[in-house]
Amino acid sequence: MTAATQPPSLSIQNLSVHYGEQGALLGASLDVAPGELMAVVGPSGCGKSSMLSAVNRMSDLIPGARVSGRVLIDNQDVLNGAVDVQALRRQVGMVFQQPNPFPLSIAENILFALREHGVRDKRELHGRMEQALQATGLWNEVRDRLHKPALGLSGGQQQRLCFARALALEPRVLLLDEPCSALDPIASATVEGLIDSLKGRYTLLMVTHNLAQARRLADHVAVCWVRDGCGCVLDSGPACELFESARDPQAQRYLNGMLC
Amino acid sequence: MNRREAWRARALGLLALVLMLAPLSLLWTVFGDGIGVLDWQFLLAEPEQAGRSGGIGPIIVSTALVLLICMSLAVPLGLGTALFLVEQVRPEGRLNLTLQWALDGLGAVPSVVFGLFGYRLFVVELGWGYSLLAGGCTLACMVLPLFIRGCEQALRDCPQSYRQAAASLAISRVGYLRRILLPFAAPGIAAALVLSAGRALAETAVLLFTAGYVMRWPESLFDSGRTLAVHIYDLAMNVSGGSPASAATALVLLGFALVIQLLAWQIGKRPLSFAR
Amino acid sequence: MSISTPLSLRSNLDWLLRAASLGCALTAAVVLLLILLFLTQASWPLLQQPASLLGASWQPANGLFGLQAMLGASLLSSLLALLLAVPAGLLVSIWLIFYAPAAVARVYGAMLGLMASIPSVVYGLWGLVVLVPLLGAWLPPGASLLAAGIVLALMILPLLMVQADVALRESARRHLPAALCLGVSPWSAIRRVLLPAAWPRLWPAILLQLGRALGETMAVLMVAGNVVQWPGSPFAPVRTLTANIALEMSYATGPHLQALYLSGWLLLVLALLLMALARLYGSRT
Repeated sequence: MTAATQPPSLSIQNLSVHYGEQGALLGASLDVAPGELMAVVGPSGCGKSSMLSAVNRMSDLIPGARVSGRVLIDNQDVLNGAVDVQALRRQVGMVFQQPNPFPLSIAENILFALREHGVRDKRELHGRMEQALQATGLWNEVRDRLHKPALGLSGGQQQRLCFARALALEPRVLLLDEPCSALDPIASATVEGLIDSLKGRYTLLMVTHNLAQARRLADHVAVCWVRDGCGCVLDSGPACELFESARDPQAQRYLNGMLC
Repeated sequence: MNRREAWRARALGLLALVLMLAPLSLLWTVFGDGIGVLDWQFLLAEPEQAGRSGGIGPIIVSTALVLLICMSLAVPLGLGTALFLVEQVRPEGRLNLTLQWALDGLGAVPSVVFGLFGYRLFVVELGWGYSLLAGGCTLACMVLPLFIRGCEQALRDCPQSYRQAAASLAISRVGYLRRILLPFAAPGIAAALVLSAGRALAETAVLLFTAGYVMRWPESLFDSGRTLAVHIYDLAMNVSGGSPASAATALVLLGFALVIQLLAWQIGKRPLSFAR
Repeated sequence: MSISTPLSLRSNLDWLLRAASLGCALTAAVVLLLILLFLTQASWPLLQQPASLLGASWQPANGLFGLQAMLGASLLSSLLALLLAVPAGLLVSIWLIFYAPAAVARVYGAMLGLMASIPSVVYGLWGLVVLVPLLGAWLPPGASLLAAGIVLALMILPLLMVQADVALRESARRHLPAALCLGVSPWSAIRRVLLPAAWPRLWPAILLQLGRALGETMAVLMVAGNVVQWPGSPFAPVRTLTANIALEMSYATGPHLQALYLSGWLLLVLALLLMALARLYGSRT
């Protein structure tokens, strides 16, 4: 399927996230060019997930969370209070670590949000569902059991259904929160292939613990770290450059597998 | 939150408010009608003119006796059952499954059916007649499943690691129960006890057929006696002009129920979670 | 062997504990069996001639023991209570979890706890003194199927809401973020995803509350009017099976008493069936 418009640029500028008094991310900045995949790597608790949650404003749901700085999608600041959050989330899809299809039928998982967004025409609904399932390679596997429960699918299929659920809304940006880490190696490889096929059509921001995966998939890489109990971005740049020679020595050591 | 969501929140809030009107009206009515009659004299004196005037002294005593009998039967039986379910039985075994079904079954039995059962067994077959003892025994059967579930939950909340540690120190089962499990679970068990007593206190139908409705001071456990709940029912339905005294009695009963609820909250810090 | 004595003593104590607790555990099962046995035995003569029980007229003096109308009243009043309590309870639970300010929700929760602890006879008293005259001023006589339904609904509401709260919170924990990420409003997420996901846990709760409503005696007895008839409208007085037992138990003898035991047996079987349904449904999911 083709995205309706060109993918946008995504720019995070001086982003900080606090939960109550506790800082989770401090002064993070990075730029993702249109259609590129930026992989965010780093140890646990370094604010990677907090960064993602600010981009689609899921941070609004966490009581006591404060977000400051700017997140620009095509030069529009999504942290602005006047932004329609629901419209934003339609443009910025998200896939979680755990495959989390709703306990509904396979078809309903995709159709529910489309209907809520005002698509009423039966043919169009079905067409967009088929497109999304085709794009994730699920169509041939599920075409004759669309009305069976989604929880009957295997883990990898469930995760691809979650991709399809997001893609059906024709988003422009996709946030991927460790999308392969709960899958077995074979399912993981399938999902990686899927992610690779999305590059160029969507602007992708992916959190991962898996350095090899980042090296395989990413155009750009950002390394996060914990400093003084608070997450920050150490270094970011084109994947091949950064893996060869990161400017920050800590990032250099981490990317070369020396963890401390 | 956009404007439509704000309207939904307001509409739902309005519904929540409307739902609370009924219990508020209930409290208002019982308080308004009953407070004029209620004083120390009312709590201590004997009822006169079928309860229209006088007090509820003997009725409070009967209620306390019935509750005492009920809980002194239900507590050991219930605690024993809960210990068996938690400590002595394999979770996936057939015995456990059967007991769980039986408990849920007993918990589902309507109170009026307990009344019929108690009448037949205690009043007729055992020949106790309408008596506090028959009422207490029947009530014990009724609150047993509720109490067992509460105790079971309290015991299951005790971490497995304590038990493994106890086993590694070669402490016997009895020792483990006495020194570790029961002290740990005591607040939960106390909360279950209080809630079960609350349920027994609220019961009416069971006692109509087993404890009867005599209003005199009870002299032995084989005397018939009416409880607060039965008194409220009788005054409201069968005695013309009994409403004020009925409301005053209801106020006393509500007071007890409130104390029980607050106690359960204080002790267990988990209200209602195992009510059936 | 000095060590053998304390060891065997210990295991004796353990054995005693096991035996005693097994005895306790069996008591519950035995009581349930005894209840089944006694009620079946006491209603046996009438159970053998089921045709006479299907009749519409209940005239114990003339040997007519038709339970049809009272069974109908029991079922109708309980269903009416569910009809009132389930939608209202679910909506308010949703409000408490997703919309209400935290402090308000806490106070409301405490009020529900108090509401659950109000004895049924006090609900009945309120129905008799407030609700029945209110309904009577609108559509006499007031004491009616509707009054019974409303009082029953109030009685099952708190526990229903506690269980709905648990089910909805669990459902929200698992599915709310993913649903909101799709850019739908909270309300659509609740209606289209959270509620469908919570139904498998809501159904057993609703069945159990139906069982409670069917078995409730005092509150219904005080507000339903107690006329043995098929209600022509929600405003007609009715007598439920439970109310009938409570009303006539004090003077019934012979076949009349058997008929009362039989209605108890019927209630027991219904309640056990509902419980079994709830358990089977609960364990299947």
